[in-house]
Order: sequence, then C-alpha cells, then structure tokens
Amino acid sequence: MNGSKNSNGAKTGTVKVKRGLAQMLKGGVIMDVVTPEQAAIAQEAGAVAVMALERIPADIRAMGGVARMSDLSLVQRIMDTVTIPVMAKVRIGHFVEAQCLEALGVDFIDESEVLTPADDKYHVDKAKFSVPFVCGARDLGEALRRVAEGAAMIRSKGEAGSGNIVEAVRHMRAIRDAIAELSVAPEEELSARARDLGAPLELVKEIARNKRLPVVLFCAGGVSTPADAALMMLLGAEGIFVGSGIFKAAAILENGVAQYDENGFPKVDPSIALRYAKAIVDATLHFEDAAAIVAASKSLAGARPMHGIDVRQLPESQMLSVRGN
Amino acid sequence: MGGRAIGVLAVQGDVEEHVRALERSGARAITVKSSSDLEEVAGLVVPGGESTTVMLLLERFGLVEPIVERVRAGMPFWGTCMGMIVAAHDVAGFEQKTLDLLDITVRRNAFGRQIASAEVALAIPALGAKLFPAIFIRAPWIERAGPGVEVLASHDGHGVFVRQGNAIGTSFHPELTADRRVHEYFIEMVATAV
Repeated sequence: MNGSKNSNGAKTGTVKVKRGLAQMLKGGVIMDVVTPEQAAIAQEAGAVAVMALERIPADIRAMGGVARMSDLSLVQRIMDTVTIPVMAKVRIGHFVEAQCLEALGVDFIDESEVLTPADDKYHVDKAKFSVPFVCGARDLGEALRRVAEGAAMIRSKGEAGSGNIVEAVRHMRAIRDAIAELSVAPEEELSARARDLGAPLELVKEIARNKRLPVVLFCAGGVSTPADAALMMLLGAEGIFVGSGIFKAAAILENGVAQYDENGFPKVDPSIALRYAKAIVDATLHFEDAAAIVAASKSLAGARPMHGIDVRQLPESQMLSVRGN
Repeated sequence: MGGRAIGVLAVQGDVEEHVRALERSGARAITVKSSSDLEEVAGLVVPGGESTTVMLLLERFGLVEPIVERVRAGMPFWGTCMGMIVAAHDVAGFEQKTLDLLDITVRRNAFGRQIASAEVALAIPALGAKLFPAIFIRAPWIERAGPGVEVLASHDGHGVFVRQGNAIGTSFHPELTADRRVHEYFIEMVATAV
C-alpha cells in the first residue's frame, strides 16, 4: 500500500517513486502488445515499456462485447519475456482488477477507457496503491481529477483503435491551452477557474505556479505513423503510446481480411512490425528534425499504416474517449 | 561555474530534471543529442531511463564511440541508474552492450520490479554526515567493483554509488530531489578536470 516502510528503512510506493517511473519513460514510446513475441519485437525496436493486453484497441472495437483486464497468465508471460517495464489495463473503477495486477507485480496500471467501464461514477482510488497508475484525459480538468485520485502519469485519450490522430490533437491542445491560460490568470480568479475545471484548487494553484502538470504527460489514441508521433511531441507530449498503429500495420491479410492463429491472436509479419516500431521510436526521438522523420518514414517501404476511421462517422455509443470523466 | 557547459544526454529519460538540477547548482547545462553537441561540453550526465532503449539508440545514432573517446580522454562522466548500467563493464545475467566506462558489474532491477522502488535515507560519507534522500526506481546495484573503483555508498549490502577516476555512477536519482550535493560533487569534478 501507499508509502509503506520496509525493514531496511526504505519507503516504497511513495508519490515520488510512482511519478518518478513515468519521468524515466520520457521521450520514449510505449507499445501495445498481445503476445510475448510482440513484446520482444517492441523491446528490440527500442520501446521504453510495453502495454500487455489481449487485444489491441482496433480489435476490441471490431469485436464488441465486454473488454476486461487481460488474462493474467498472458501478462505474466510478457513480464517474463522483456526487461523493460510492463504495463497492463484495468477497467475504469475496477479496483479489484487493479489489486490483481499489483499483486502480479506489473510496473504500471492503465485505468483505461479502452476497456468497458466497471463503474460509471467513480475511478479507482489510486493513491492507495503502491503501483503507479496512468489515466487518460481529454482536457485539463479531467487530467487534474485523475491526479487528485493519485494518477502518477496522464495520457491524452485520443480515440483508441481509430488510427486517427484528430482526437489526440484536440486533447493535447486542450490541456496545453488550459495550462497556458492558468499560468497568466490573476490569482484571485483561480478559485473560480478551479470550479469551472472541476479540479481541486490546490492543483490549479500548482499549475498556475509551475506552468506544467505535476506528472508526466504522454500522448495516446490514434498514433499510426512516424509523422503522427512527431506531431504529438511537437504539441507538447513527453512521450507516445502506440496502441493499434504498429501491429495493425504489420497484420497479415488475406483478401483484405486479418488472419488469426490457433490461439486467436492476429497474425503479424515480425519484420514489418520491427521496422514499423523502430520508425515510430526514431521519429519520437528526433521529432524536431524533419529529415529524420523522412528517413523513418522511408524505412517503412512496403508497410501501410492501418486503414483508420473517420471519427465524425462514429456514433457516440462507439466512442471510447467519452467513457469516464 | 563559468566556462563550458555540462551536457545531459538527451536520447530518452529524465533529461530536463538533470538540466534543472545542474542549473540550480550554478552550472550551465545543455542537452546532447549528437556528436557535435558532445564537442561543446566539459562533462556528460547520462540520466535515468531505459538502458535497453538507450543503448540501442546510442548505437543507431553513432554516439557510442564519441562518448567513449571523450571519457577515456578525461572528460568527467556521471551515469544515474540507466546511465550507470550503460557505463558498466557488464550486466549480470544479460548479454547487454555497454560503454565500459566503469569497471563494475551491475545487476538490473536488482531490488525488484516497480513496487520495490523506494526512497531511502542513504549514508554517503564523502558528502558529509547528513543522510541523502536517495530515490531508487527499478534500480540496479553494483554486483562487482574492480580494484580501481571506490564505493562511495551502499544499500542493502550492495554498492549504489561508485567512482573510478573521472567517472561516477549512482543507482539512485539525485535529480528527483532538492538535495543538490551529488550535482555539486559532479560540478566540482568538471571544474577541476584537466
């Protein structure tokens, strides 16, 4: 549990060590993987962490039904395969799924709108856990509510599994613009601003003072090309989550239809996946250098980004980003 | 400190935190992304991050040789956590390429996974009697230190702060605390380097 003291005088699960792990991931790419083989490809490509899950968001979207925490033996096998940190997702508000992942020893929990919410009112009380949490946000108020609950890292929600960057851009700009506004707001306005944001006054004051979130901010939801990754870094993201973008691009299709192996996992071409993953890592690192993004994009020869969805055509019932507030 | 800046390797990790800590300690700090950046600096800090990732990227972007050459020629070097792993002679239990700047064998994630990450009041006699607020995050420890290596601090029976000539390594993250003594120690190394 939070802030416990061990026999050797070491304090584990403190705010500093939880936020600190996110700080170590900055400038990096975190990749969704559904098998130990994909996790090894992600690590070889230079990912700073992997998100272990049963299905990438694009497949969750396609399959429908209830999406839950992944099979824990799969998460365990992925933890046994790579040396980089392993993250896994829980349903919004499902604190028992979170307790399971903490007991299993995952390094980070994503309380994620990509899974079907378990609680339509309350998120997990994350401050109680020793393991750090990352949560999605569409704007500053949502980000600060999650930080107040104990999130150690924030990511844009974007629209997961859409292959469309527009929602992530909207969310990143909304967060950035609101921070800029607070940083020049007269002090006597902060209380009303906190009310309008639906966020605790103490956190709003902290933002006004420091001109930045108190935790690391990554981009997630819709990144599918090296240029997308660089765009989000230039809009202020401190790192990138890639969900469906890599392994959808490397999916083996027959007559345009995805193929699955005997265990139900989508078949991917490992060499295309590796190239694709490396290109996203390179573009994230050299986001300010257009020539490097050109080189990364050219290295994809033969691989096509996922087809993607025009999110304006999605009915609200199929939007993932509206889950949780 | 006037004169040349101290570089913080900006491939991946908590770069900004080191830049800020160096500046607050009175040094000029710049980020290093290329070998031409490296020519501008009088000392190099490799921050916390993911060692697997950073070694791959150092190779992919041709930074391995320039760094090794400069440090072998006397440029002060400080690796924190990932930076110390990258600087080690070898990594216990792994075939991991390293820069081999410190004659040590490190064990990665030695204290355990993230839930074992901790804040520790650490005795570092070289920095005075006051305990240092050391933050360990998925931290390595030093399994073997060669004869030329001085162990400046230990935790749980293993070295966590070492020096060998112009290179130091810490398992923990002084850049995440307000205590500036390790940064000041490194700035002094840079100021007195030939």
